[in-house]
Amino acid sequence: MTQTATEARSVVVEREMPFAPERIWRALAQPHLIEEWLMKNDFEPVVGHRFNLRADWGSVDCQVLAVEPNKTLSYTWAAYGLESVVTWTLTPTSTGTLLRMEQSGFRADQQQAYQGAKYGWQKFFAALEQLLGRT
Amino acid sequence: MPKVHDVLFRTLADPTRRALFERLCREGEKTVGALTSRAGISQPAVSKHLGVLKQAGLVRDRHEGRQTHYSAQLGALAPLIDWTSQMAGFWQSRFDHLEDLLRRMDQ
Repeated sequence: MTQTATEARSVVVEREMPFAPERIWRALAQPHLIEEWLMKNDFEPVVGHRFNLRADWGSVDCQVLAVEPNKTLSYTWAAYGLESVVTWTLTPTSTGTLLRMEQSGFRADQQQAYQGAKYGWQKFFAALEQLLGRT
Repeated sequence: MPKVHDVLFRTLADPTRRALFERLCREGEKTVGALTSRAGISQPAVSKHLGVLKQAGLVRDRHEGRQTHYSAQLGALAPLIDWTSQMAGFWQSRFDHLEDLLRRMDQ
């Protein structure tokens, strides 16, 4: 298998929230708060810091790329063969903040499939089902 | 959820069947006999599971003499690994949790 075709794609989720950027920033950048809405972690808002997000279905390897308090936060996101970058952008509005999350990444089909096999399909499907159950 | 997802999930929901598929993913092509020796179930039962996997496009069979060899078809999983739709759902639900948390931080 020497197929090297990769595709770049991204996911964008945006939501207007009735809270000040400073408050949202705390939820995005303080480990004990991140744990409450995302996953257990050892995050630090320091460029270059490597951390993990951990759930019962596995973990995500991350590294901080950019930190601009109350404005933007960016980190790499690697899990199940998916190499991507997650970028948070906070824009103040008259009633609160527009919070934008963009996850962009590259996926090599073959690599994804073999990584999946390596980690064990059971875990992979448990994770998928969990994700689908939440939608 | 599209029908193709239903078929794949239904096919792989059975732990014995999934174990057979995982083994083919990990170890490559195997005969029914080789799969039976470690499956803990009878050869007819293994054959039946392989038939279901084959119908879902997850395995392919190859006849050689009296033996049938099975191999995993990872391409059949492509509909499930469209990561953008998986992640979009994931992030929507995380946003909900985040909003709940922000509301609680208000107190």
